[in-house]
Amino acid sequence: MPMEKQAFEYAPAPESRAVIDIAPSYGLFIDGEFAEAADGKVFKTVSPANEEVLSEVAQAGTADVERAVKAARKAFEKWSALPGAERAKYLFRIARIIQERSRELAVLESLDNGKPIKESRDADLPLVAAHFFYYAGWADKLGHAGLGPDPKPLGVAGQVIPWNFPLLMLAWKIAPALACGNTVVLKPAETTPLSALFFADICRQAGLPKGVVNILTGDGSTGAELVAHPDVNKVAFTGSTEVGKAIARTVAGTDKKLTLELGGKAANIVFDDAPIDQAVEGIVNGIFFNQGHVCCAGSRLLVQESVQDEVLDALKRRMQTLRVGDPLDKNTDIGAINSAEQLGRIKELAAAGEAEGAERWAPACELPGEGYWFAPTLFTGVTQAHRIAREEIFGPVLSVLTFRTPEEAVAKANNTPYGLSAGIWTEKGSRSLWMAGKLRAGVIWSNTFNKFDPASPFGGYKESGFGREGGRHGLEAYLNV
Amino acid sequence: MSERLSVLKTYKLYVGGKFPRSESGRVYEVTDAKGKWLANAPLSSRKDARDAVVAARKAFGGWSGATAYNRGQILYRIAEMLEGRREQFVSEVADAEGLSKSKAAAQVDAAIDRWVWYAGWSDKIAQIAGGANPVAGPYFNLSTPEPTGVVAVLAPQESSFLGLVSVIAPAIVTGNTVVVVAGEKAPLPALSLAEVLATSDLPGGVVNVLSGRTAEIAGPLAAHQDVNAIDLAGVSGDAEEATALETAAADNLKRVLRPQAVDWAADPGTGRMLAFLETKTVWHPMGV
Amino acid sequence: MHNRPTAGVSCHYARRYAPLVTMPTTVPAYGKEAAGRLATMADVTADDRALRRFLHGLPGVDAVGLQARAAALGTRSIKNTAKAYAIDLAISMIDLTTLEGADTPGKVRALCAKGVNPDPTDRTVPKVAAICVYPDMVATAKDALGTSGIHVASVATAFPAGRAALPVKLADTRDAVAAGADEIDMVIDRGAFLSGRYLEVFEEIRAVKEACVRGDGSAAHLKVIFETGELQTYDNVRRVSWLAMLAGADFIKTSTGKVGVNATPPVTLLMLEAVRDFHAQLGVQVGVKPAGGIRTSKDAIKYLVMVNETLGEEWLTADWFRFGASSLLNDLLMQRQKLGTGRYSGPDYVTVD
Repeated sequence: MPMEKQAFEYAPAPESRAVIDIAPSYGLFIDGEFAEAADGKVFKTVSPANEEVLSEVAQAGTADVERAVKAARKAFEKWSALPGAERAKYLFRIARIIQERSRELAVLESLDNGKPIKESRDADLPLVAAHFFYYAGWADKLGHAGLGPDPKPLGVAGQVIPWNFPLLMLAWKIAPALACGNTVVLKPAETTPLSALFFADICRQAGLPKGVVNILTGDGSTGAELVAHPDVNKVAFTGSTEVGKAIARTVAGTDKKLTLELGGKAANIVFDDAPIDQAVEGIVNGIFFNQGHVCCAGSRLLVQESVQDEVLDALKRRMQTLRVGDPLDKNTDIGAINSAEQLGRIKELAAAGEAEGAERWAPACELPGEGYWFAPTLFTGVTQAHRIAREEIFGPVLSVLTFRTPEEAVAKANNTPYGLSAGIWTEKGSRSLWMAGKLRAGVIWSNTFNKFDPASPFGGYKESGFGREGGRHGLEAYLNV
Repeated sequence: MSERLSVLKTYKLYVGGKFPRSESGRVYEVTDAKGKWLANAPLSSRKDARDAVVAARKAFGGWSGATAYNRGQILYRIAEMLEGRREQFVSEVADAEGLSKSKAAAQVDAAIDRWVWYAGWSDKIAQIAGGANPVAGPYFNLSTPEPTGVVAVLAPQESSFLGLVSVIAPAIVTGNTVVVVAGEKAPLPALSLAEVLATSDLPGGVVNVLSGRTAEIAGPLAAHQDVNAIDLAGVSGDAEEATALETAAADNLKRVLRPQAVDWAADPGTGRMLAFLETKTVWHPMGV
Repeated sequence: MHNRPTAGVSCHYARRYAPLVTMPTTVPAYGKEAAGRLATMADVTADDRALRRFLHGLPGVDAVGLQARAAALGTRSIKNTAKAYAIDLAISMIDLTTLEGADTPGKVRALCAKGVNPDPTDRTVPKVAAICVYPDMVATAKDALGTSGIHVASVATAFPAGRAALPVKLADTRDAVAAGADEIDMVIDRGAFLSGRYLEVFEEIRAVKEACVRGDGSAAHLKVIFETGELQTYDNVRRVSWLAMLAGADFIKTSTGKVGVNATPPVTLLMLEAVRDFHAQLGVQVGVKPAGGIRTSKDAIKYLVMVNETLGEEWLTADWFRFGASSLLNDLLMQRQKLGTGRYSGPDYVTVD
């Protein structure tokens, strides 16, 4: 009676690219209009999955930064004077249009970034829309935020965002800034400029006054000019700790308010009484979500020695079911590494892990021939002294360490200059709360990992930066309090 | 009958709950507003600053882990102890700042009241700065403020006691530990305050007091990798120095409270507490 | 990359719950060798206290995480060849069921005819796995199915409530087996389980398993129904899964279909995980049957994805995975017609039985 047995191979299930129309070139979005860079410079943006050139975008230079800041300054006067309820309505409009265009934006994000469509579709875009909804609601309630009876906006915000969640990081920056009455000049990452440019179009569709949002595409030099501009009142940056420090030095001695959301090396701590199956899912989600290009990734697994074998067996078994490949395939779990440069860094650190004596393991995994790819990988036998336990790899590479007691887990977890996030897996409530109290990190996920919500503040301790994004706390970064 | 010869006090540093001299063996002359010699104060070195940071770090776990109620009780105890030594501080502040006794008394009274104000905040600040976040999913989500860690405090130069208390109390009430650099010209109220702190149940190392040249000690503190935050109140008159210190502080991304014009007599608000707090957000699933 | 079932056996819970066991091969739960494997766990089923300690020592289940995982597997997009494969596989795994007070021999015979030949317009459609009926209909079904190879499954043990004395339940079982049932779907005593009398539940399953043995020494396969909707918590589902497997269940089954909450993806996923861990420890292969509430092809395919990514292809046969369903079959047939013709089908193009 049983049928002839054959493998249940999932046929390709590609999301359609037809929903999206990418122009061959894009200008800078300044004062409500797209324009070429003053010096005419451009650069190409490619799909990391196959190195296809998607479009050519303008490289903003000094004159463009000047023009954008000036436009934002000019727009600030009216925008900040608008009743909060009116600003709110613009933000609600933007949120709605994002929802309407979410499939298009998800496909665009997966193309330009390399992340799997199921993540851009089910995580990035819903969170982007939710973030605008959330802060829209604050715009006319700022006096009730516990930040004084009549808090004022700061002025022009210069914002620089990374390539790992291009549109979501844009939302984290622009939504609270606008809600509080600031105007913005935002620079998306060099490798992922497109969704910000589509967002510029959404601003136009929403009828947002000219100059309130300005988008400057470019590389690090554009960002450096922007944050150094004397007429910028607020600097917000998400990216590497190294660049964050440079920005902190740049704004030293100025009146610019600064918030930084930087790197991390989060410990994901699994106790022997953990709900093991869910912990394994949390470990996988913690390090392989978005190819590990996540500042709060659970990149250090700290597993209690008494369950080490059990957890690692289950983890390896689970890793064998991860599907690496075409970001636009709806069944892809792990997409492409964002750039050749990032791939190089991941390879270098993985090689260092082997050279320093850690044991490398990855499931058998065929990687595409073109584009930038790295198989989900774990290292066992890692110690605190290894580079792969200390440096942020920002890729799908998990370092496994062990501990014997809760105190040791805390000591190892906190033994890093970073302090962005941490995970705890235990069924014992009192232990979970005790651990949550001891860990020096801005976000603690207990029996879960990598959860985000516009109502929940996000940001780090120590060298993971300062200031919070999200929630009521996120308002403080954009008000004169 | 000849007048009794008074006993002069040897002012010392306050580090880790002890009263050492500067490891450098140096002192400098402290004079009153008219230039009359008052005492010799220790001239702290960068090594004293280093020792103070070690002491502050060592004290951080216990102090930040103490209950808010307990910290409030201790801050209130400081006010009680000060009240008993009010006359001494009135005299020291009058000398230090060239004030009349009555004006100095007003400063001291305000400083004592400030300890009381902050004592009351210990178990309320978390309710103001934290709270539940209604996330869109089956998760319990709570944000709570936590102390940043070791805070270097450059005490204001112009207000030797009220200003001093106004920068120490908000930092420690939330659980931070501090290394305070007393006002350079008028360090004696700060060094005497240490004696009060030492007898107020405040654990050693929570407050460490250094006297000396602000410019000499501030640099190493701003650059110290094990200091989490710095309050630049003491360099408010020197933009160049403030910029240099903020730049140095960027090396480990210290939280920096920039110098600003402050009326120390005014209602302090919550700003100085919030400046040295981190927000920790904990997620936990809700399910059966 | 696809799921490859673990080769050989690691010792998942061995460290915490049992002496280290290493089984070289996989044996079916219904085979003779399985009993020997179960005997190695005799210490944990020796008495009520030992059994409770064991069951309560199993890792907890985080409800939100489990549900999230089940939902994530539900987003797999199964298209084209994969969909065609999955639809036929699902049809072949159906226990086509009628469990009504109003059942008659005529109704049962009609259902049997449908099971043998689900789509009269298309002979390439696979047969279902079994016809599931009340004990008094077993003979009718057996007769109607003849040599088709389709099994007759009979519910038993005072289905669905299970509220009868043990001798009655055993008599019910023996009667169905004697009438020719190939499979017995028993219900556990949920009252005993919820009040913590685990050993009583365990012994009852063992007794029913013995009652499944035929005169010639062969035995009807035993499916153990938990009625997970009544057990309420996922922790209970994991515990009862282990309890039943230790007692010799050949299949573990979610529900009777007679209560408000029947099979759900998270509950089924959890049972699949329990089966996976049990197999990893003892090398005994046990089947899983979600029942009740699975009505669409889309749902059925989600379950197959769960099996594929939790247990692997070894379980992707009617020997090891079943759907307890009635209306599901017609939806699968309509989807199959759509794949063949490119046009959406309708209820007039499948048979009502």
